[in-house]
Amino acid sequence: MIVGDSKPLEEILEMIKDKKQVLVLGCRGCVTVCNVGGEKEVGILATALRIAVKKQGWDIKVGEMTLERQCDPEYIEELADPIEEYDSVVSIACGVGPQFVSERFPDKRVYPGINTTFIGGAVEHGVWAERCQSCGNCLVHNFGGLCPIARCSKSLMNGPCGGSANAKCEIDPEVDCVWHLIVEKMEKMGRLEELAEVWPTKNWLTSRDGGPRKRVREDLKQ
Amino acid sequence: MKAGSNLEKVLEAGHFAVTGELGPPRGNNVEEVRHKAGYLKGIVESVNITDNQTAVVRMSSWAASKILLDEGLEPNFQMTVRDRNRIGLQSDLLGATALGIKNVLCLSGDHQRFGDHPEGKNVFDLDSMQWLALCKKMRDEKKFLNDKELDGSPEIFIGAAANPFGDPFNFRPMRLAKKIAAGADFIQTQCIYNMVKWREYMKRVVDMGLHEKCYILAGVTPMKSVGMAKYMAKFVPGMDVPEEVIKRLTDAGKKNAAAEGIKIAIETIQEMREMKGVAGVHVMAIEWEHRAKEIIEGAGLLPRPVVD
Repeated sequence: MIVGDSKPLEEILEMIKDKKQVLVLGCRGCVTVCNVGGEKEVGILATALRIAVKKQGWDIKVGEMTLERQCDPEYIEELADPIEEYDSVVSIACGVGPQFVSERFPDKRVYPGINTTFIGGAVEHGVWAERCQSCGNCLVHNFGGLCPIARCSKSLMNGPCGGSANAKCEIDPEVDCVWHLIVEKMEKMGRLEELAEVWPTKNWLTSRDGGPRKRVREDLKQ
Repeated sequence: MKAGSNLEKVLEAGHFAVTGELGPPRGNNVEEVRHKAGYLKGIVESVNITDNQTAVVRMSSWAASKILLDEGLEPNFQMTVRDRNRIGLQSDLLGATALGIKNVLCLSGDHQRFGDHPEGKNVFDLDSMQWLALCKKMRDEKKFLNDKELDGSPEIFIGAAANPFGDPFNFRPMRLAKKIAAGADFIQTQCIYNMVKWREYMKRVVDMGLHEKCYILAGVTPMKSVGMAKYMAKFVPGMDVPEEVIKRLTDAGKKNAAAEGIKIAIETIQEMREMKGVAGVHVMAIEWEHRAKEIIEGAGLLPRPVVD
């Protein structure tokens, strides 16, 4: 899933301070699963904003709504009527949400209420970790099912580097050295020999480096 | 004086300046650099040394710049933000200035997809605007990006590029203003062929008073052939080659197209000399360094002024 983090309340207040009607807009997709932008969080943020706005003595109406997804025009369309009552929107979906909403409703100011942080998963209750960098050419099966692109701080494909110590990364003792994990895993699987081969330079054209990406499925296009 | 480079001195003295351009070889062929430099010696104030232009790997621009210095020419060290992050940029600037390089041109750089290693990662840690501002900071405040003091700071004349023909046209003068605000002492523009649009651009630039805040050098590239003109019109991003230019070259016939291209370049330079806000020309005779003299001389710009 796409994982996000709430923006500080002060930052959101600064965005909306001269607005009159603000809609806090959630998404039932990834951000609901990682507990940052679903219906529950819409309620929490809207309440916090109302209290803060009242305390400041500002005259701002704060509304709430949650869409099935904010990355799909079909669901964005559901906003057509309700958005009339608002001059601005705080979207707490991933970075796609504010862009889709402002594209569809160009007269409204749309603010991002969360920071989109990474593609990852829940590793324990309340903890999420990065697992994918969407490089566009998945190779994890070669590394014992662990991605060195996303999880090695240097994206080394022929690690570990000399900075690996006690299975931790040189950047932070809290960060696992994924190459330590890869070596352990491959050893356990009896596949260590595979790591003897030098991985050639990677083609990054499929990654963001090649420019903004687009996927077209001719069979699904109307 | 910010750097005391020849280019800066000539511009400060109020002369119409001329800069040239040299593309380093696709290898470490020192002789090739010296050979090309020979054609430009004495006919320009300084020479732009391109930084892996069109994202094709070449001898590093700082090294080729140093070779030029040794040959008695002044380099304009081009630096793109495509291949170096903030550590590499600052470090290379310090290294280059330690070698005696005084003019720096801050650029974004063509995307690597255009070049001969399209599979590469791109850097773009800073953009060209931020890099300009950082060069200025390193020079004026004698500090790194992180505010730590430099042990010896670069004395540089800072340049930037502008493309008057990129879209959206209306935003281009504002973007130029941003580059000047960020720190550009001089500007070199993209090759100019569409004089109608260029005059409109310069009118807006002069109305904004930008020509008084920095030196604007108009980019001139001679067309070698009809094929080159058509290629540039069609495939080079942000290039505006009007039909009439292609027609003039075509009408000249295959044998005389190059001479016609040089004639057009000379006429363009002469027009630039009369235009308000234009402080000089940047003559980019790409892989045609040996014809640069003909153009500059033809435009009545030789000998070049000597300013102490």
